[in-house]
Amino acid sequence: MGGRTLYDKIWEAHLVGERADGMSLMYVDRHLLHEVTSPQAFEGLRLAGRAPWRVDANLATPDHNVPTVRDERAAGVDGIADEVARIQVQTLDANCRDFGIEEFAINDVRQGIVHVIGPEQGATLPGMTIVCGDSHTSTHGAFAALAQGIGTSEVEHVLATQCLAQRKSGNMRIVVDGALRPGVHAKDLILAVIRRIGTAGATGHVIEFTGPAIAELSMEGRMTVCNMAIEAGGRAGLVAVDDTTLDYVAGRPLSPSGDDWMAAAAYWETLRSDPDAVFDREVRIDAGTLSPQVSWGTSPELVVDIDEGVPDPGALDDPIKAEVASRALRYMGLEPGTPMTQIALDKVFIGSCTNARIEDLRIAAGIAEGRRVRVPQAMVVPGSGLVKRQAEEEGLDQVFIDAGFEWREPGCSMCLAMNADRLYPGERCASTSNRNFEGRQGHGGRTHLVSPATAAASAVAGYLADPREIAA
Amino acid sequence: MESFDIHRGLVAPMDRANVDTDQIIPKQFLKSIRRTGFGDNLFDAWRYLDEGDIGKTQNERQLNPDFVLNAARYQGASVLLARDNFGCGSSREHAVWALMEYGFRCVIAPSFADIFFTNSANNGLLLIVLDPGAVDSLFERVASPGFELTVDLRSQRATADDGTSWPFDIDAERKQRLLSGLDDIGLTLACAPAIREFEAQRRQRAPWVFRP
Repeated sequence: MGGRTLYDKIWEAHLVGERADGMSLMYVDRHLLHEVTSPQAFEGLRLAGRAPWRVDANLATPDHNVPTVRDERAAGVDGIADEVARIQVQTLDANCRDFGIEEFAINDVRQGIVHVIGPEQGATLPGMTIVCGDSHTSTHGAFAALAQGIGTSEVEHVLATQCLAQRKSGNMRIVVDGALRPGVHAKDLILAVIRRIGTAGATGHVIEFTGPAIAELSMEGRMTVCNMAIEAGGRAGLVAVDDTTLDYVAGRPLSPSGDDWMAAAAYWETLRSDPDAVFDREVRIDAGTLSPQVSWGTSPELVVDIDEGVPDPGALDDPIKAEVASRALRYMGLEPGTPMTQIALDKVFIGSCTNARIEDLRIAAGIAEGRRVRVPQAMVVPGSGLVKRQAEEEGLDQVFIDAGFEWREPGCSMCLAMNADRLYPGERCASTSNRNFEGRQGHGGRTHLVSPATAAASAVAGYLADPREIAA
Repeated sequence: MESFDIHRGLVAPMDRANVDTDQIIPKQFLKSIRRTGFGDNLFDAWRYLDEGDIGKTQNERQLNPDFVLNAARYQGASVLLARDNFGCGSSREHAVWALMEYGFRCVIAPSFADIFFTNSANNGLLLIVLDPGAVDSLFERVASPGFELTVDLRSQRATADDGTSWPFDIDAERKQRLLSGLDDIGLTLACAPAIREFEAQRRQRAPWVFRP
C-alpha cells in the first residue's frame, strides 16, 4: 500500500462508518454558524423535535448582515436599520440562546467574520474536521484542518448528528516552487492558480498546497490561499502543519495547553502527506515568475498581470470561452487592449475573509502611509473585533484615516454587499475579496479582485495600480 | 425531501458556463429566515430590468424581455439545460430552493460545482451530468419549440418524444435517496450508536477537540 496524503489521514481519522445507503459518515469536530444559512436549519430541528448532538462543537457569530458604520453598530442588534437583516441577526441570537450554543454577538470584541474568528480563538485546530454553512470555510484548511462549506440541509444534519454523509473526494496537489517577489503576495498566488486551472479546475478534489513558497507564507497568507480553494472548485484546501502553524495556534483561548498541548503537537506533526503519497492530480507553479494579479472579468479565473492589458475575446479559440469573455467585458464596461493600470476606480474595499487579517492591514497601511486616497470612497473593514483592536494598538487605523480611508466595524461588508456597504450600478471597485461575479458587490457593480497591497496602491492612485511602483 | 422517480417536462436552455449561485439567487434574498419565497427571484438580476429586493412583488417588477426564461415558449419549463460548472460559488442552498420553487425538477449540464451538487441531492433536485457532446446536441434540439424530455431515474435515461434517449450515470446511494425521498438525518441517526462510540474514542485520542 502506498503512502497516504494529508487528506487521507484526516478523512480516516474521522470516519465513523458507513450508513445503510452506503454513504460514509464523517465525524465533525467543529461547526461554525452565522446568521444567513442557519435559521432554516434551526427551524428544521424544531419541527422534527431534535436537539443538537454536541452543543460544545458549535460556535456562532453574526457577520454577513451586520452594519459596519460606527454609530449604527454601536446601537447593537436592535439598532440595525435594515429590518429584514435585523430579524435575521435577532434570530441567530435567539436560536443560540434556545439551543445553548456559544455566540459572539454583534458587539462582542470577539465577533467577526466567521473564518477570521475560528483561527483567532483556537476554535480551528490542526487535524480537525470543520464545517460551516459558507463556502469559504476552506480558509481553515491552512491549519491542516479538513474544512468544508456546506448547505443549510447539511447544517441541520451536522447539528442533529455531528456527522456529514459524504463520499471521499480526490486528492490534488498544487506545488508552489520558488519564492514570491517583493510586492507579490498570497492573494496574487492564489489568483494565479485559479487563472491557470480555472474555476472548475479542482472540482471533486481536496487541494493540498505545498512547496517552498507555501512554507514561506505566514498563517494569514496560507488562509488567503486556502480561502480561495473554493474559487478553483476544490472541496477544501489544505496546508501541512509546520512550526509556523504551531506558533500561531499556541496560546489561543481554545487551544490545548500543558500535557494536552504536548500530545496535540506531537500528533499534529504527523499531519503531512507521506513522501510516497499518490495524488490524483498535480499542478506545479513557480512563485518567482508571478506579478501582482488583477481580475478583469466576472469570474475569478479571468485574471491578468497588473502590467498587462484587458484581453481580447477574439483571440480565444474556444467559442464558449470567447462568449464568456465578451459577456464579461460588456458587463465590466471594458475594451480589449486597455492597460489595466489605466482603469479608473470609484471605490476600494479592503476586507473580507480573504484579506481582513492583521497582516493584510499592515501591508495596506504600509502603502497608504503618508499618501492620499484618490478614489471617491475607500474603506477598510477589519475581519474581527480583535483584528480591529490590534490594528488600533499599532496605529494602523490612524494611518488609514489620515490617508482618507474609512475605518469600519468588523463584518463581511462589501464582499457580498448584504448590508449597506455596496457598489451602485456601473461603479468600479478594486477589492480584496474573493468573488467578482456579476452583481456580487451590488447590482450592476464591477469588481476587480486584487491583493491588499494592490488595493491600497490603487486607492492612492485612483486607478488600478502596481504596488511595486508605489511602495517606497 | 421531495422524491424523484419519473418526470416529463419542457426543457429550457441556460447557455452560459460557470453560472454561479449569486446569479441563481442574489444575496439580498438571503436575508429571509424562511425556506420558501425564492422562486420569483430565481436569476433575479437577469430576469428583471429593475433591482429586486425582499418584499417587492413580481407585478411591481419590469421583466427583461431578452432573458431566456421570460420567453413565452419556455413558460412552465421544468428541466433546465445548462453548461459547465453550473452552481459554482457560494454554498447558499437558497439557490436550490429557488430553482425548485420556480418549477425545475431537473438540471442537465456537463458538470456541476460540488456544494451545489450536494445541496441539490438534499432537496430532491435531480442533477444529470452528460458529456459535453450530448449537452451540445440537447442545446440543438431545444431550439425547436416545445422540446420536452422524459427523465426516468429508475432506468437512468432522459428520452425525447422522437425516442432518442440519453443514458446517465448516478451513484447508487443518491439514486436510492432520490427515489425514496428519505429523511437524510433519520438515515444517519440510525447509526447513532456507532457515532457515540466513535465520539468516545475521539474524546480519548484528541481531548482538545472537546470543550469542558
